[in-house]
Amino acid sequence: MPTTHKSSNPVPNKERIKMPRQHMPEQLPQIRNKQFTEVNLGYSAELARQEALRCLECAKPTCTKDCPVGVKVKDFVQLIVDGDFLAAAAKIREDNVLPAITGRVCPQEDHCEGACLLCKRGESLGIGYLERFVADYEQQHFDPSTIVKAPPTGKKVAIVGSGPSGLTAAGDLIQKGHQVHVFEALHEIGGVLVYGIPEFRLPKKIIREQVDIMRAMGVVFETDVVVGRTVTVDELMNEEGYDAVFIGTGAGLPQFMGIPGEHLNGVYSANEFLTRINLMHAYEFPKYDEPMVDFRGKNVAVIGGGNTALDAIRSSLRLGAGNAFILYRRSEAEMPARLEEVKHAKEEGVQFQTLAAPLEFLDDGKGWLTGARCQKMELGEPDSSGRRRPIPIEGSEYVVPLSVAIMAIGTTANPIIRTTTPGLATTKKGYIQADDTTQKTSRKGVFAGGDIVTGGATVILAMGAGRRAASAMHDYLTTGNW
Amino acid sequence: MSHPHVTINPAFYGDSVFKIIHAEFIAPGIKRFVIEAPRIARKQRPGQFVIVRVNETGERIPLTIERSDPDKGTVNIVVQSIGKTTHLLNSLQTGDAILDIVGPLGKPSEIENFGTVVVMGGGVGTAMAYPSAAALKRAGNRVITILGGRNKDLVILENEMREVSDTVFITTDDGSYGDKGLVTDKLRQLIDNGTRIDEVLAVGPIPMMRAVADMTRKERIHTVVSLNPIMIDGTGMCGGCRVQVEGKSEFACVDGPEFDAHRVDFAILVQRNAMYRDAEKRSLENFQRDCQLEKQKASAPAEAETTCAVEGK
Ligand SMILES: Cc1cc2nc3c(=O)[nH]c(=O)nc-3n(C[C@H](O)[C@H](O)[C@H](O)COP(=O)(O)OP(=O)(O)OC[C@H]3O[C@@H](n4cnc5c(N)ncnc54)[C@H](O)[C@@H]3O)c2cc1C
Ligand SMILES: Cc1cc2nc3c(=O)[nH]c(=O)nc-3n(C[C@H](O)[C@H](O)[C@H](O)COP(=O)(O)OP(=O)(O)OC[C@H]3O[C@@H](n4cnc5c(N)ncnc54)[C@H](O)[C@@H]3O)c2cc1C
Ligand code: SF4
Ligand code: FES
Repeated sequence: MPTTHKSSNPVPNKERIKMPRQHMPEQLPQIRNKQFTEVNLGYSAELARQEALRCLECAKPTCTKDCPVGVKVKDFVQLIVDGDFLAAAAKIREDNVLPAITGRVCPQEDHCEGACLLCKRGESLGIGYLERFVADYEQQHFDPSTIVKAPPTGKKVAIVGSGPSGLTAAGDLIQKGHQVHVFEALHEIGGVLVYGIPEFRLPKKIIREQVDIMRAMGVVFETDVVVGRTVTVDELMNEEGYDAVFIGTGAGLPQFMGIPGEHLNGVYSANEFLTRINLMHAYEFPKYDEPMVDFRGKNVAVIGGGNTALDAIRSSLRLGAGNAFILYRRSEAEMPARLEEVKHAKEEGVQFQTLAAPLEFLDDGKGWLTGARCQKMELGEPDSSGRRRPIPIEGSEYVVPLSVAIMAIGTTANPIIRTTTPGLATTKKGYIQADDTTQKTSRKGVFAGGDIVTGGATVILAMGAGRRAASAMHDYLTTGNW
Repeated sequence: MSHPHVTINPAFYGDSVFKIIHAEFIAPGIKRFVIEAPRIARKQRPGQFVIVRVNETGERIPLTIERSDPDKGTVNIVVQSIGKTTHLLNSLQTGDAILDIVGPLGKPSEIENFGTVVVMGGGVGTAMAYPSAAALKRAGNRVITILGGRNKDLVILENEMREVSDTVFITTDDGSYGDKGLVTDKLRQLIDNGTRIDEVLAVGPIPMMRAVADMTRKERIHTVVSLNPIMIDGTGMCGGCRVQVEGKSEFACVDGPEFDAHRVDFAILVQRNAMYRDAEKRSLENFQRDCQLEKQKASAPAEAETTCAVEGK
């Protein structure tokens, strides 16, 4: 079947299937596990074009269908084949405003790449790598004079929280001509992208550049404002004249297991540990003032199996940990982390102790952690998440000597907004209730999206919510209909 | 005047910078700052605090709001030089700026008419207890204040406290002012001579708060303390500030900082606050060495004083 875009790909389809996936150039494991600079180095233009040539140009591209925001993969990949990288970037931007970020952190195996037909024959197209390439290329060739903005509508919107959902909503709304003011509790813009995901996976520079573009477009960022404390949602609407509010405050509250010894020195939540590292630069002590306990040569374990757990354990290695363990209560197959992170972690020397969970943390009598008493698990029937449930094995207890333990077992909703915004409907677990298509909450003029609605999810899902909200907010602002 | 330790780059780090309207030492090593922060000034309630980050390489530290002026849009903080960050902060002067201040954070103090309340302030803790004492007085309580310090110079805010108290007692460790002894000695006396006490609020060093808690537990007097664990974000996001309250983990920045003294595990608080002692020591030594070098380099001695005058008169 012919496609709308006339293909300039000279390689016959039969040959494309045989072409190997182009490897992402990366730092050597034994070098990168000692420093925080980015692991993946990025495709060159030549590698990108080679990889793009593999695309089968399917008539009904399943990759686009499985991307939460519907990036037109086939079209942007063809533009890479054509060598028009800026046009490729513009094509992605039609659906995804932060491609330099999603290209790096999307769980592509669950979305676009997982759906790619090439998977059946071998390896999927490197869609994330290609997305990252064009986004980085665009960044280097960015011309601020090309920014187009709709004429001012005279409407003012407040965005609460500057994670991917808030940034996406802000970017869309400013382009529609509204005045946009982003309020962020921390001192840096970016949410989990700056305080959670480490430099070696997502350099801060990339987020800064995106934020600078938004500034150039007219978005105002105000840091150091905890909405609910510094100013309430109602005050924003009634006293400061905001016509609509988007809440994208994430799921930032760390959970602990509630087992004995979690108060010991050396036991951290992943949020605290990663915040010290990323937001506060503890790895650059004493140039930066934030301290960290000494990891050098120590045994460190992270409890959990998601991206957060892997980020924490790989950061520990970079702080000089002697032995770095992942303690996960299910098996590797159930780990929610991105495949590439698991692979990278193993190459860097992380040891995986799966089917195991701590029962208690042990101390030296002076309040410092010395180890964990753990229990082995086996897998039973699938639970509500569809993953097989871990069942403790009687009599399988053992002790791991540890100096640091980091809890990465999930987060929940922060209650500050919920408890200071009357009439805002929330779920039993404290997440904000919002409509699936418009992100409208129970309060007129108030929208919400991202992790604060879904619970901890992914960057691209948060961005999708931000985009849906922006579109519904625009309707509301221009028609006044709720 | 901009300060050599403070580099401000509003281009990325948010659009707000917080100006110091006035700064002066009120005791050796203890400085009061009046800072322009209109949003915080409007919302502050007694017992709440801010988190401050002085400059781009700085850590975030919590400081209680001593008072605020919503009309002028200012908040006051009173800072004691302890380690690197408080020394750095206390080297700033009128006209300088602070990069980040966020707040007001924490639960406000529970203010009601209890009857007779004893407010106890140890050292810089007096500045933290002051707004609550004033609110307790306004709520109709009889306020008995006990202020303590190692010596006369470290008894702070005496006049301010007198204005909001029915009675003020002062104790110093060395007897250089008021009664020689500890604030708890005075509390003991009050209890022993039959003074009716409905509520105690104690803010100061951990050993002091622990001693008060032990004393009032036996007497069954409801007692509130303001805890000072290490904090980062101050919004419930990191869990670093967790304290043990009756065997349960609570986050001091959102569930506190004030807690029922009889339920607090002070030993764990002491243990957790000691977590970074070596690094903190190194930070302070580096800072003092840099100050020393700066002083030596400065041609005019007067100028040297303006950059690293952390001790006060
Ligand atoms: C360590 C880690 C690694 C991850 N890795 C990946 C990955 O590889 N791929 C992936 O797709 N996803 C990953 N995730 C998940 C992903 O980062 C989140 O799903 C996503 O960031 C959620 O976006 P959000 O916009 O909902 O909120 P967040 O990114 O959580 O941002 C919320 C922002 O709101 C601010 N805020 C909160 N309360 C207030 C308030 N009251 N007032 C003002 N501001 C407030 C917060 O400070 C924060 O900056 C990871 C998460 C973590 C923690
Ligand atoms: C809610 C609250 C209110 C406070 N109010 C005041 C106040 O009004 N005036 C005042 O002078 N002090 C106050 N403090 C204490 C003040 O935050 C610490 O003295 C300061 O953080 C020390 O930093 P430093 O770098 O100078 O010292 P460091 O050498 O870093 O530390 C000295 C000690 O201070 C504590 N500390 C260190 N870092 C932190 C941190 N990030 N957060 C909390 N404590 C830390 C630790 O116990 C440490 O052992 C308050 C603390 C809390 C929790
Ligand atoms: S946004 Fe994510 S899921 Fe969508 S095409 Fe890009 S990498 Fe794939
Ligand atoms: S300071 Fe981070 S949770 Fe309290």
